[in-house]
Amino acid sequence: MSRAARLMLGALRVLGLPVLLVAGWWAWSVWRPSFYVPSPQRIAAVFGDVWLTARLGDDVLPSLVRLLAGYVLAALLGVALGTAIGLSGRLRAATEPALEFFRAIPPPVLVPLIMLVAGLDTAMKVLVIASGAIWPVLLNTIEGVRAVDEVLSDTARVYGLRGPARLRRLVLPAASPQIMAGLRQALSIAIILMVIAEMFASTSGIGHTVVLFQRQFQIPEMWSGIVLLGLVGFLLSLAFRALERRVLHWHWHQRETHA
Amino acid sequence: MLEITGLRKVYEGRGRVVEALRGIDLTVERGELVCVVGPSGCGKTTLLKCVAGLLAPTAGQVRLAGRVVDGPPPGMAVVFQEYGRSLFPWLTVSQNVELPLREKRVPGPRRTALVQQALAAVGLADAGSAHPWQLSGGMQQRVAIARAVAYEPQVLLMDEPFAAVDAQTRADLEDLLLGLWHRLGITTMLVTHDIDEAVYLARRVVVLSAAPTVVQEDLHVDLPHDRDQIITRSDPRFAELRAHVYGHIRAAKTDPGRPPAGTMKA
Repeated sequence: MSRAARLMLGALRVLGLPVLLVAGWWAWSVWRPSFYVPSPQRIAAVFGDVWLTARLGDDVLPSLVRLLAGYVLAALLGVALGTAIGLSGRLRAATEPALEFFRAIPPPVLVPLIMLVAGLDTAMKVLVIASGAIWPVLLNTIEGVRAVDEVLSDTARVYGLRGPARLRRLVLPAASPQIMAGLRQALSIAIILMVIAEMFASTSGIGHTVVLFQRQFQIPEMWSGIVLLGLVGFLLSLAFRALERRVLHWHWHQRETHA
Repeated sequence: MLEITGLRKVYEGRGRVVEALRGIDLTVERGELVCVVGPSGCGKTTLLKCVAGLLAPTAGQVRLAGRVVDGPPPGMAVVFQEYGRSLFPWLTVSQNVELPLREKRVPGPRRTALVQQALAAVGLADAGSAHPWQLSGGMQQRVAIARAVAYEPQVLLMDEPFAAVDAQTRADLEDLLLGLWHRLGITTMLVTHDIDEAVYLARRVVVLSAAPTVVQEDLHVDLPHDRDQIITRSDPRFAELRAHVYGHIRAAKTDPGRPPAGTMKA
């Protein structure tokens, strides 16, 4: 097969389904026009006007900043606490029941509580995002740190890896596949909570704007917000995969060789 | 160099008490190559881990160069059987060899030189930038040996180092070890279940009894100094020594603590 043909086939594989879905949606909107389900081209037409003008700075950017802040907070706390708990059997025994309980609470239900405690500003949203996104990071880190191979751990001891060196050169790299798995789950949870926190009580943000459009019956505009959220999630997931490839290249290759 | 006195190790857990080592007394002189053999399940690995400071003995003590071992001592390197699990998969071969030297605060240029020398000594001079999982099992174990050698240890401990590789690789690695030992004279204690290997490699073979374990026999191997896979193994004396050790181990399995009946005097 020629290079061009292979590229075409690759593009078809990646873009085939999205193109098909949009085409189907378009066909449906022509066949059964509905006020609530606008055609794709109407949504595309308003998208630029709605999101790439003043709202880019007023709503999109604040949303992304909150998302990032909450996510980074969850990641740092999750990895730090998870490492401490994973390394200490006693700490694990003491915290396990409490962790199981807190993990079982659906994070959105914390929004009213956090609103009371932290107010309505950015800090509240960041806290909501962090409080939900921390769990997969924390629990995966605990498991990853616990599961450090015994022989590898003995080897590290024999060669004098202690304290911070042990943490940096043995424990964290060994746990990194699981930590990354936790961070990946946390990313989607963070996006969901960003939207929910903004829907509750907010004067800015993508979630706030979508609700606003819905109340004002600006249906194509509302839909464009949903599309934007989808795009944000998709791009973040791509960025995450690039990071994963850098951090875990040894892990993937190792699994391939042993498969 | 290495003195083991009255070493006892009892495992306790869930209402079960297992006496792995009853009382081991053993001295390894500077520059010696000693092989420890014993029936399976006799606590060879427990002994090695106690010597390495990875396990705390229940009673007795291990002294390295006069100092009591109460944790992994500096100047001791260990090569484990599970080469695949003892190399850091996220580091390259060179980085694996270099890591202990970093922790030992060996200056940079000297570190690079040591890593290169050690890799060259095990025949992996060109594999430095590969990752361990890209290498065969035998090559991975060579990396582990290179790491131990580069560390410039006073004592090298090896726990069934060649048990998990194929026969040909095993013979190569045995000769590699002998070559390194001749050249560097590192005090070496090697634990194995393979009697042939013990007799072939060692100047002294220590035979352990079944658990609860004591030293059953301490045998001087009076084979010619230079060993060869074909010549040494076809030496009648090699066959005698191996039969002698084998007799002890078989006796240890059936009736621990008693000297074997009907074995020839070595």
